[in-house]
Amino acid sequence: MVRDVAFGQYFPGKSLMHRLDPRAKLVCFVAFVVLIFFTFNYAALGLIAAFTVFMIAVSGVSPKFYFKSLKVILFVVLFTSVLNLFYGSGEAIWQWWILRLTWNGIHRAAFVTVRIICLILASSCLTFTTSPTELTDAMERLMKPLAVIHFPVHEIAMMMSLALRFVPTLLEETDKIMQAQKARGADLESGGFLKRVKALIPILIPLFVSAFRRAYDIATAMECRCYRGGSGRTRMKILHMSARDIMSMITTAALIGGVIVCNIFMTSVI
Amino acid sequence: MSSILELKNLSFVYGQGTPFEKTAVDNLSATIEKGEFIGIIGHTGSGKSTLVQMLNGLMRPTGGQVLLDGKDIWSEPKKIREIRFRVGMVFQYPEYQLFEDTVYKDIAFGAKNKGLTGDELDKAVRKAAEFTGLKGELLEKSPFDLSGGEKRRAAIAGVMAMEPEVLILDEPTAGLDPMGREILLSQIVNYHKERGITVLLVSHSMEDIARVAGRIMVMNHGALHDFDKTKSVFAKGGELRKIGLKVPQVTRIMQTLRERGVDVPDGILTVDEALEVLSSLLKKEGKIW
Repeated sequence: MVRDVAFGQYFPGKSLMHRLDPRAKLVCFVAFVVLIFFTFNYAALGLIAAFTVFMIAVSGVSPKFYFKSLKVILFVVLFTSVLNLFYGSGEAIWQWWILRLTWNGIHRAAFVTVRIICLILASSCLTFTTSPTELTDAMERLMKPLAVIHFPVHEIAMMMSLALRFVPTLLEETDKIMQAQKARGADLESGGFLKRVKALIPILIPLFVSAFRRAYDIATAMECRCYRGGSGRTRMKILHMSARDIMSMITTAALIGGVIVCNIFMTSVI
Repeated sequence: MSSILELKNLSFVYGQGTPFEKTAVDNLSATIEKGEFIGIIGHTGSGKSTLVQMLNGLMRPTGGQVLLDGKDIWSEPKKIREIRFRVGMVFQYPEYQLFEDTVYKDIAFGAKNKGLTGDELDKAVRKAAEFTGLKGELLEKSPFDLSGGEKRRAAIAGVMAMEPEVLILDEPTAGLDPMGREILLSQIVNYHKERGITVLLVSHSMEDIARVAGRIMVMNHGALHDFDKTKSVFAKGGELRKIGLKVPQVTRIMQTLRERGVDVPDGILTVDEALEVLSSLLKKEGKIW
């Protein structure tokens, strides 16, 4: 079923990770993601991997769900790492037809694998421990300076939170429509590519119709409550930075420092 | 009579092996005879919808078997589609499944998938439209231009056109106005009579169930609480109330009258029946002529 995908799901909880201010979490997350791609030797990569494990440990979410989120991208990881394996430069240690295995290629494959896995685990950690509302709230606050150049910060944030809010609803709806069409003998599982694409029509049309209907409904509901955009709106939950948020940012800064030191004092392998 | 559906120790567990594990249907066994009209009642979340979805192979039971005409429907998983043509299923709010550009084509979708063609298909579609009271001129319209009630009829006709041996309807009258409910319900009753097929009706309206069902399955927390003749089920009003259900209003009134010593029979299910009983009683006592 479509609902079984763990990636992007939120698990309510009270762990350290849950209690962090979403703004601090988001800033640290962005810094961490950039950092993942600035690792050029195994020491730096090891630091990143260790930090990922640390994040998972303090997130209070069972590792099982992290594995589940990895399962979704298993194919992508395999594909890119195999591609990288034969893409390296330097002396070949094994060769067959156009496939050249080099030490450089092996390093590249190892790096790309660890990097993607860390990337997915870190983003899972963020979405597992931060509710969509908190996340868009944090984005809105962090993008606020852009309002000076007339960037519609609030509108974008509102659109994002509405979109996120409808993901589970539409998944459920897809499920229902699929069941209803299957009950009428729709064949979704067999046939060639074209036949399968055609078989999606009875699902997509009702889905679009219902998505538009829901969009109109929510627009009307918002208007009934006199929604008129962001200016002058107060918040129900005011975000507060606390000592632990500062600590999390200091930890991230230390990690950045560590990776930079590794990069300076050790030779890069890729 | 011979049995058409046999449920043997049927179970369904959602999210098996995860922390969200939940048993929706628990070790349920029952036998349904050919040509019966069965009502299925139970409070929200009692497993009714899960149960009926297992009957036509939309959900695979995590335990137990569903036998259709004595044969396990999952004995050949590749042929499960054929089961769905034999056991037609109308979901709650089925109007959201409409997608074709004309009502005619939409009704024909299921029958076409079943393999009907030409005259046979045309006949099945028109017959189904007639059963649900859709007028001929509506058939060439877009389903999205119909009224809510007409959409519902079109969607139900889409399942009837497959000419199933068993028809399952999940809350077919939900959200319709009282008149619409009444009409749709009698159309379903007519369909059942004329085609002689087996009908399973899931409903929250005890009045509806009392009017049409021969036997009632009472679901409670995923288990079969009771499965008996309509009169016998509703005679146990107190028991039903305990699991969050009610008996039809008129049945309750008559039960109360009986408790207070008025000589009325047990198991009155409809207003018409009650009227007959009460007026003959009053006549006997000389209160009316």
